[in-house]
Amino acid sequence: MLSLDQIAKIAELARLELPAAAAAALQQELNGILAMVDRMQAVDTRGIEPMSHPQQAMQRLREDEAREPDLREKYQHAAPATEDGLYLVPKVIE
Amino acid sequence: MHDSTLARLSGELKAKKVSSVEVARVFLDRIANAKALNAFITVDEEKTLAQAKAADARIAKGDATPLTGIPIAHKDLFCADGWRTTCGSKILENFVAPYDAHVIAQYNRAGAVILGKTNMDEFAMGSSNENSHFGPVKNPWDHSAVPGGSSGGSAAAVAARIAPAATGTDTGGSIRQPASFTGVSGLRPTYGRVSRYGMVAFASSLDQGGALAKTAEDLAMMLEVMAGFDARDSTCMDRPVEKYTALLAGGVQGLRIGVPREYFGKDLAPDVAAPIRAAIEELVKRGAKTVEVSLPNQHLSVPAYYVIAPAEASSNLSRYDGARYGFRAEGYRDLADMYRKTRAQGFGPEVKRRIMIGTYVLSHGYYDAYYLQAQKIRRLIARDFADAFRQCDVIAGPAAPSVAFDLGSKDKDPVQMYLEDLYTIPVNLAGLPGLSIPCGFGAKGRPVGLQVIGDYWSEALMLRVAHAYQQGTDWHTRVPKEHA
Repeated sequence: MLSLDQIAKIAELARLELPAAAAAALQQELNGILAMVDRMQAVDTRGIEPMSHPQQAMQRLREDEAREPDLREKYQHAAPATEDGLYLVPKVIE
Repeated sequence: MHDSTLARLSGELKAKKVSSVEVARVFLDRIANAKALNAFITVDEEKTLAQAKAADARIAKGDATPLTGIPIAHKDLFCADGWRTTCGSKILENFVAPYDAHVIAQYNRAGAVILGKTNMDEFAMGSSNENSHFGPVKNPWDHSAVPGGSSGGSAAAVAARIAPAATGTDTGGSIRQPASFTGVSGLRPTYGRVSRYGMVAFASSLDQGGALAKTAEDLAMMLEVMAGFDARDSTCMDRPVEKYTALLAGGVQGLRIGVPREYFGKDLAPDVAAPIRAAIEELVKRGAKTVEVSLPNQHLSVPAYYVIAPAEASSNLSRYDGARYGFRAEGYRDLADMYRKTRAQGFGPEVKRRIMIGTYVLSHGYYDAYYLQAQKIRRLIARDFADAFRQCDVIAGPAAPSVAFDLGSKDKDPVQMYLEDLYTIPVNLAGLPGLSIPCGFGAKGRPVGLQVIGDYWSEALMLRVAHAYQQGTDWHTRVPKEHA
């Protein structure tokens, strides 16, 4: 069961602001989900190879060559704030 | 015209009995008159009509493909150059895609027309379409019922005959369950059959694009266009695309239909069980035989899925940072605060729950107990299917445990909502193809869908089974009275 401290820690890792007033309700929901998920803990899976993907295919390789045209302007059109081709964010280093 | 199949529309366009512009006009008007369904997030008449005009020119030149001039609605997570692509989220509310998804490019190449972008659960997370930032979609059969999710807008649009066909995606049942709830045909292909390039990512090892339409034949026409190799999706398989439309005939004589005993337990509502059993009986009448099979780990699918899907989602959705595209919150102190506020205000409650669960199960100290255990169970579930397919050619059963439920009846308890997908999720975990076709009605006159699950790459066979069923039945031709 997740404690309120754990909830706050996970929210920080996930970069989600979590107002204190909303934490208790979220705790109840997440613990409800984990209780359902915990049904799988009863299964003995020793020796079973984990399946990360439906296919066993290998990653394809290609020649290391530039193929994308310069679409910076087009792509930056969707950005909240840009200047001189750069993305603007709050100052990180004082 | 609005009730025509793609096959019929295609013939009429080719014979110049009707123009693509006329067809587009009919459906745009029907969309405008069915606003109450909330099936579309974005409609852009100008763009649609311009594409239709170009299609007419192509037909006049004698250069048409079967889908040239046919309007197709697209789930609003396929990026289409110049079209707003929201994924049902506030965080992408004003995002105009700067490029085409592979699926969109394939339809464009075929000369199909983009009819609009359909409503969906935010980031495809949901089974009722109630998780959309743009409001819930209503079920055309009963406006007090949900259409299912997450491709609820696409399903409702086809059911209400306001779109001839639509694309969808299926990560845990998001094509098959809404198809079942709205009485349309929906196909989720084998993982790797359709490129995911330009399809907004939710859970990358489970997501697969597919289609919703009125008939198996229409699904075959669409899959021929959508399927195929694309090097830009590293999981897209390099396999020839079959001529699905040419392989529809042939019937089901001698076909072995696996009936999993776990799909007919206490979770299945009796009003759904009856039409499903009758549908299997119909296939037997047409020459198939049934074999009882077992999927003993099926009950572990929902728990394993709600570790794997959130884990992948928490990673995929980390890209929404308010810096490069999409929504950015106001009033932040510094960069970290900008991320936290942007994500807290930009994502809805269900998306946040899944990001939280995903972050937790991948965090130090919990990875083995949750993520690794879920992946081992995923292996067991895939093995169950492999064992079953040694005894049968396809598997048949329900797509959902009940008919469409009422709006607002399950959205308070996430776990109740998750359990809706117990018959569809195993297919995604294994990476198999599955489809749902209408096979009758249950409680309150709401539709029931028969799910057909195939072995890997057996779309042609599954579509043949569905086509054979639709040759002998007329459930797929039923239209909600209000939208007839």
